[in-house]
Amino acid sequence: MLVTERERLREELVRLADEHGRDRSALIPILQEVQRRWLRISPYCMQAIADLLDLHPVEVYSVVSFYDFLEDKPQGQFVIRLCRTITCDMFGKAHVARQLENDLGIKFGETTPDGKFTLQWAHCLGMCDQGPAMLVNDQVFTRVTPESIHGILAQCRETFGVHAVSDGKGPAR
Amino acid sequence: MTTILGSRSLTFDTIEPGAGLSAALRKAPGDVLAEIGESGLRGRGGAGFPTSVKWSLAAEAESDQKYVVCNADEGEPGTFKDRVILSEYADLVLEGMTIAARVIGAARGLIYLRAEYAYLRGHIDEVLQRRRRQGLLGKAVGGREGFRFDVAIRMGSGSYVCGEETALIESLEGQRGEPRNRPPFPIDTGYFGRPTIVNNVETFAWVVCILAKGAGWFNSRGTEQSTGPKLFSVSGDCRRPGVYEFPLGVTIAELLREVGGEEAKAVQVGGASGQCLPRAKFDRTIAYEDVPTGGSIIVFGPQRDMLDVAHNFLEFFADESCGQCTPCREGVPKLIEGVDMLKRGQCSMAYLNELCSLGETLQLASKCGLGQSAPNAFLSIARDFRDEILGRTPEPRRTGDDP
Repeated sequence: MLVTERERLREELVRLADEHGRDRSALIPILQEVQRRWLRISPYCMQAIADLLDLHPVEVYSVVSFYDFLEDKPQGQFVIRLCRTITCDMFGKAHVARQLENDLGIKFGETTPDGKFTLQWAHCLGMCDQGPAMLVNDQVFTRVTPESIHGILAQCRETFGVHAVSDGKGPAR
Repeated sequence: MTTILGSRSLTFDTIEPGAGLSAALRKAPGDVLAEIGESGLRGRGGAGFPTSVKWSLAAEAESDQKYVVCNADEGEPGTFKDRVILSEYADLVLEGMTIAARVIGAARGLIYLRAEYAYLRGHIDEVLQRRRRQGLLGKAVGGREGFRFDVAIRMGSGSYVCGEETALIESLEGQRGEPRNRPPFPIDTGYFGRPTIVNNVETFAWVVCILAKGAGWFNSRGTEQSTGPKLFSVSGDCRRPGVYEFPLGVTIAELLREVGGEEAKAVQVGGASGQCLPRAKFDRTIAYEDVPTGGSIIVFGPQRDMLDVAHNFLEFFADESCGQCTPCREGVPKLIEGVDMLKRGQCSMAYLNELCSLGETLQLASKCGLGQSAPNAFLSIARDFRDEILGRTPEPRRTGDDP
């Protein structure tokens, strides 16, 4: 990372700390915002946040590593989380999973080389009456089928393709 | 994204907005507590702790700051009633939180919303802002000078164990969601060491109904120890899955008739942490004193393999275990190995008994509710479906199975 880029990132983090406060309870909201905007919480970010909140960086890392929705490795612009819990399992999650892997060309836990999609398992999404269910970032899709995921992926590509409108704030999440 | 609400309408539809809060404001906080106590309301998240006891302990605790926390970390597999309540009846939840604040003397409320429900946040925020404009939150709530209360939303980050109240508080404080030892209980040592009540989404909504309709209306329903109606999230092999309202004490057979799941061979009551009941036990009642549940009902038809069910639930716990205590961290993977052996048809009766005894150790020795309840489904399946799970001839793997 270039020095100037780091400085800019640090400025953004200071702004976030000003907004959320600098006590311990602000840590997770700040991390969530970092994850949302930069698709990861890099070691540099963890160090910078630790400095701002007067914590040891290991404390920050321990929190990041605990929660499923916080990641130190770069995630795709669209994080797909397919529910693996019982009712979605009973109603065909395995086929949806296989087709997601086929259409994206990656396995679960991986990110596509173009950085667009990350494929992950999720536990119960609370859509058990309408399974199989999956989340794409914050959006929930229910009764997904091996066929219907193609349309969902196409929709994602359109909202973040070369012709997509950018608001300058990073990817639409 | 609509959920079918079954064939009956919900009590929540019949409550006039504000009726519960204005009834509560007319009374002294002690009388509100007495009313809730008389109703017999017990926590709707599943543990069933009497709500009035929790609130009165927090009310008695002395502190300049107290907190009302709404547990919207609905992560129990098979449970989705809180999602429906938050999207359709968010006002009731906030009204219930306001009543709680009045009773215990809190000025701040927090809703801990699970990350998977982030799409509900905008809606809840709108309701919060409207209530502020209406004077139902903020300074002088409901026109009462000196009654200050406001609510903020805090997002979870994808951790099941944060539904446990002390883990939830840890998470609110910016820590890993590792459960604390209890005692001390949150009612005196909660959020940043201050008295804190943590209640399920549904519990707050029922408090409003109790104040609007009276304790007598509530406790005339249900059983003696499990009063009142309850919402159920019904899914699986039934014709009409969705959210239902039944009085506690309903038998599993009655419930199955209503949802169109008469052919079921087993029903999982209480989600992954609950128990699996075979056909022979469908006359059991759903109540805190018999088969308790936070509302999750998963129906298994005759075609389902009970070992797949046990495997799925155990994998869930292995993944969600926080890893703090040994019984849970090491025990659950051992049980999964056992289920794999059963699937391969390589498990002796002696070893199955060993596994069951390991399961009982987990129930006794784990630190929090997650580990204590992790073996429940396995144990009930190992007890009631022996003919199905023992002596198998191994099957080839299904295509598309995840590793």
